[in-house]
Amino acid sequence: MKEHEHSKEFVRVHSPILTKPFYFFLALSLVGVYFIILRFVKGIGAVSNLSDGYPWGIWIAYDVATGTAIACGGYAVAILVYIRNRWQYHPLIRSAILTSLFGYCLAGFSVMVDIGRPWNAYGFFMPSRWQPNSAMFEVALCIMGYCVVQIIEFFPSLLCVLEHSKLKWLQKAIYHFHPRHTPQDEALVRTTVEWVHSATAWFHPKFNNILIFIVALGLVLPTMHQSSLGSLMLIAPTKLHPLWHTGFLPLLFLINCMYMGYAIVILESLVSSYLLKREYEVDELSGLAHIIPWLAAVWLSVRLGDLIQRDQVALIFKGDKYSLFFLLEFLLLAGGSLLLFDSKRWRSPRWLFATAAMMLLGGALYRFNVYLIGFIPGTGWRYFPSFAELMISVGIVSIEILGYQVLIKFLPVLPNPHMHRDIAHVKPPKAAPAVARA
Amino acid sequence: MRTTSRRQFLKLLGATGAGLLAGRPCAAAQGKRAVNNDELGMLYDATRCVGCKACMAACKRVNRDSGGLAYERAPFDQDKLWDAPADLSGNTRTLIKLYKGPQNHWSYIKYSCMHCQEPSCVSVCPVSAMTKDKATGIVDYDKNKCIGCRYCQIACPFSIPRFQWERKAPQIVKCDLCRNTNLRGKGIPACAEVCPVGAITFGRRGDLLRDARGRIDANGSRYVNYIYGEHEVGGTNHLYLAGVSFPRLGLPRLPAEAPAEFSERIQHTIYKGFIAPVALYGMLCVIALRNRKKRESKGIQEEEE
Repeated sequence: MKEHEHSKEFVRVHSPILTKPFYFFLALSLVGVYFIILRFVKGIGAVSNLSDGYPWGIWIAYDVATGTAIACGGYAVAILVYIRNRWQYHPLIRSAILTSLFGYCLAGFSVMVDIGRPWNAYGFFMPSRWQPNSAMFEVALCIMGYCVVQIIEFFPSLLCVLEHSKLKWLQKAIYHFHPRHTPQDEALVRTTVEWVHSATAWFHPKFNNILIFIVALGLVLPTMHQSSLGSLMLIAPTKLHPLWHTGFLPLLFLINCMYMGYAIVILESLVSSYLLKREYEVDELSGLAHIIPWLAAVWLSVRLGDLIQRDQVALIFKGDKYSLFFLLEFLLLAGGSLLLFDSKRWRSPRWLFATAAMMLLGGALYRFNVYLIGFIPGTGWRYFPSFAELMISVGIVSIEILGYQVLIKFLPVLPNPHMHRDIAHVKPPKAAPAVARA
Repeated sequence: MRTTSRRQFLKLLGATGAGLLAGRPCAAAQGKRAVNNDELGMLYDATRCVGCKACMAACKRVNRDSGGLAYERAPFDQDKLWDAPADLSGNTRTLIKLYKGPQNHWSYIKYSCMHCQEPSCVSVCPVSAMTKDKATGIVDYDKNKCIGCRYCQIACPFSIPRFQWERKAPQIVKCDLCRNTNLRGKGIPACAEVCPVGAITFGRRGDLLRDARGRIDANGSRYVNYIYGEHEVGGTNHLYLAGVSFPRLGLPRLPAEAPAEFSERIQHTIYKGFIAPVALYGMLCVIALRNRKKRESKGIQEEEE
């Protein structure tokens, strides 16, 4: 390992790319891609169980409504780092932004799979067609904007690579165009590489200076579209079950995405530490775990207060399908946050995993309830996703995991364990982490 | 240092929350939007309908090409002679059904777009593919703008817009009062033109309401004393009279407030003049910049030490 990598906050993972999980997720992705092609060749009706009663299925309820909330890790951590000024969480930010970027881009992609006339989607860029009354218009523009913002936010890791690597690919490319390389070519290569290094060295600090304005934009956009994802269902007071339809949907969706964001950062960090045999980042994670129950408490009190105010409490105990799903959602969220109020559990990876999973599942179930389970189009309509429909969603998630697996091995995304120990002022563990072996 | 930033953060949360909550009190202040009784509409009298389905046939004949409609085959129909839709669909804009109740109670009922005064589908369409004509009140659809997101289907309280699921280039299908076909050519929608028993009356909403009220007054025993569509979801231009209670005929009980009014009120409160997002952005920039300054000065101090 080179010396300068010790001093850096982030490192790339040095391990082979073509692993068993890689092939597993590659296979799932290919199955998904097959069905996506089938959908475009044969039409939506041929692959899905969607109907005029249930025009939105799991592609919207999972990939868009839930997927973007799961992808709110970047948003949640950015609030912590840049707004609450907790710089000690900065090591988590790149992996959080990377997963957010994947989550949002693929949500956008599954929207293109879901909509029937994607060739007309350019209408979003024509002011004459804008329709600001529509929550979906706002969601679409914000999600597109946020994807761009996140790509820009991810630039620093690319710049780091440009600045410090020997740029073998660039050398190879130059040699490719000069097959019989001469001393002059050597010089050319050296000057080109040096030029790239100095250009990035010049650009990087300048970019870091303006990055803060992009980061702020990256906080406003999710605030807007996550609340608007709730507003989407405001229009259906007669079709959405009264346990879920309320004027507070935007606020509930906003807080919901925050605690889901922290929960997914915890889960993601634990899982990748476990799989890559790195040391658990318990210090950072315990700090996140400490925030979740407070957010959840606010959310639960808005939720219950609203039900009491609208006088719908009796529906909770009615014992039908809707009350069961409400109770499940409520127990997962209330249980997870109650467990997290106990500070002893913040430092145990096991408890962290269990509680974060509860919060994530409960939060996701809430979104499913609003978009699918609590949606009652009228008698005679039924919906359960078809195999092809499921596989398209599974495929899209697999592409996400696949891309993450590959990118953390190419770019410095994960926190540097050496560095992070210095920041957290914890004694180094006896066993040296098997990480970042060049 | 931490406390200040936390306070700022809480202030921020509070401001966002207040913005979101402010939707409620505003509700009472804004009155209901005025109903325009000059808009065009139809009055369907279920007690006059004989169920001949001439309206369905005429609708498809006239709008087949412009609306992308197709004839629907029944499984028994080997010779492909019949158009046999079972429900409104991507091929069928209007439909006659028969309700058979207990004690020889029966009624025909016609389904098609209600042409709401404040249509949810127009309110939710992100690319203005659904429009409401200001003069005629006709709710129309433009397939050249539509992206196929089907939000109109989610939003419509009557579940009227239908989607062509089986097609590669699907579109939304719903009644447009023959705006581009029969109404333009003959000045009357095809269904109202061909009805042999005068069950479908075409006209201005105000006239239709007076007509309907007159029929109920003249023949009270024949009708349920209610004009469906007069108040539902802010009023619809397609009105109904029937001898059987409307929920039984598949016309749902709906509140008088238009759902679009509710959702737009909340959305407009949050995004009034786009002030809140811009203010939020400015506030976040200021906080983030101050935090950076603090970090930098702290870093310098540490270096000095």
